[in-house]
Amino acid sequence: MSAITRDEVVHLARLSRLALREDELDHLATQLDDIISAVARVQEVAAENIPPTSHALPLTNVLRADQVRPGLTPEQALSGAPAAEEQRFKVPRILDEEA
Amino acid sequence: MSTETLVPYDEALARYEPVLGIETHIELGTNSKMFCGCPTVFGAPPNTQVCPVCLGLPGALPVTNRAAIEGIIKIGLALNCSIVEWCRFARKNYFYPDMPKNFQISQYDEPLCVEGHLDVEVDGQSYRVEIERVHMEEDTGKSLHVGGTTGRIHGADHSLVDYNRAGIPLVEIVTKPIPATGDKAPLVARAYATELRELVRALGVSDVRMEEGSMRCDVNVSLMPIGSATWGTRSETKNVNSLRSVERSVRHEIERQAAVLDAGERVVQETRHFQEDTGTTTSGRSKEEAQDYRYFPEPDLVPMSPSRDWVEELRASLPELPAARRGRVRGEWGVTEKELQDIVNAGALDLIEETVQAGAEAAAARKWWMNELSRRATAQGVELTALPVTPADVVRVSRLVAEGTINDKLARQVLDGVLAGEGTPDEVVERRGLKVVSDEGELATIIDEVIAGNPDVAEKIRSGKVAAAGALVGAVMKATRGQADAGRARELIINKLTG
Repeated sequence: MSAITRDEVVHLARLSRLALREDELDHLATQLDDIISAVARVQEVAAENIPPTSHALPLTNVLRADQVRPGLTPEQALSGAPAAEEQRFKVPRILDEEA
Repeated sequence: MSTETLVPYDEALARYEPVLGIETHIELGTNSKMFCGCPTVFGAPPNTQVCPVCLGLPGALPVTNRAAIEGIIKIGLALNCSIVEWCRFARKNYFYPDMPKNFQISQYDEPLCVEGHLDVEVDGQSYRVEIERVHMEEDTGKSLHVGGTTGRIHGADHSLVDYNRAGIPLVEIVTKPIPATGDKAPLVARAYATELRELVRALGVSDVRMEEGSMRCDVNVSLMPIGSATWGTRSETKNVNSLRSVERSVRHEIERQAAVLDAGERVVQETRHFQEDTGTTTSGRSKEEAQDYRYFPEPDLVPMSPSRDWVEELRASLPELPAARRGRVRGEWGVTEKELQDIVNAGALDLIEETVQAGAEAAAARKWWMNELSRRATAQGVELTALPVTPADVVRVSRLVAEGTINDKLARQVLDGVLAGEGTPDEVVERRGLKVVSDEGELATIIDEVIAGNPDVAEKIRSGKVAAAGALVGAVMKATRGQADAGRARELIINKLTG
């Protein structure tokens, strides 16, 4: 019934900043379609008396006290970065403006 | 974008009715971040307040800061909102380096606080701003864009990112559309931002400093032809960072959108950026669809379900809120709404109240803070509270004036001395020798000298032109460097010449 179009895959790829080849687009459209169909089967058992579940744990309000704890040094923080400059993470500029 | 045409403000308002909407982000002043124990000090060296959680390193898990939840509930309660019984955090997915996780933890369709209002006053008229929602999220990192031409993606361009701010608790307050403000729209927007800032400051949950970004406004404006019932397409002006800019951005958008509509074109729904230097807005990116953020319930955090007891405990802990306080203070001090507004705008309300509580007359406290100290703070370009003078100093100065030890003119010099770090008011009086000359003999001698030096004026007074005495009083004040009691000097001069 549902069919992921090629255009939707292009759109998702852009949002995820993935450079997909033409042949991958068709391939992934089919795969995504299969995944959605599989997940959609949940709707067959969903009923009014079954609330949607987002968390497996029956917990609420897990809170911590507002206390400062030691973190990483700038050297540690930047140690895994492909590039750093002026003690900051150096990244390619990908958009014109702040998100 | 090329220079845009504008319609003069009054002309635009003659044809169109603006509808406003304001989204405000407020950073909470907690010790630690929203979901980790990193400190939140403003202006710390880059990437010194980071850890695996706020850097989004694999395997790190967030835990919610209790103080942040208490802070947002207090804001919600102060805005007359309902606090929901159950809600969840949501992931807002987007690909931009200001969030290293590639998502921001926020709230989507289940905000913590809903359906409130805030009343604001403009030119004696009250406007009720309805609050749609108040939700909890985390702030993003700060990007520094280096090199290249603004607005162009260029091979040499790159950004440098500091994640100290990433993960600081951020509260977003969203109004419902605000209709029927007419030509007052820019002032209503400003009054709302001002009132909200005062409210949050009174709650003590944020320092709400717009210049440091701990309070930021996004201002939505749309126009519809007068008489129409259908709202127009809105623009959203981002990160308006002063109260004055809130007002100016609304004004500019009204003038700009009126020109677009007059030309028979459509307003584009887009993000715009306010330009401080010109007071105009420029086009930013087109706004993405909410579905592009692919919101879903945050799996790493359990739902929040604030108990009614906890909410009521927080409600009971709220301090006196600004509107109630203004009503009380107006009565106690006998000031008009306009005078009180000036006091609030000058940031003098707390200082004057402390001064009055410490024993000064309200009128005197107001006079010294508003007429003298506020002027000096403005001249120095600092906040009134940053001046090195305390309410206790002002109490002492006003008492010295009341006792007749000094007059108003000398009091100004005493305040100058205190500000210059010369000590307490009493020490300044002593060191600068600023007591009023009350020794009648000394004053009489000076008056004799002044009369002898101004025979023409003295003659006029002798012949009945008492008004001329002012010139001689001035000369006496000059000779005593302002330390004489001018009223007494005048009496003595007139008695001497006409008695």
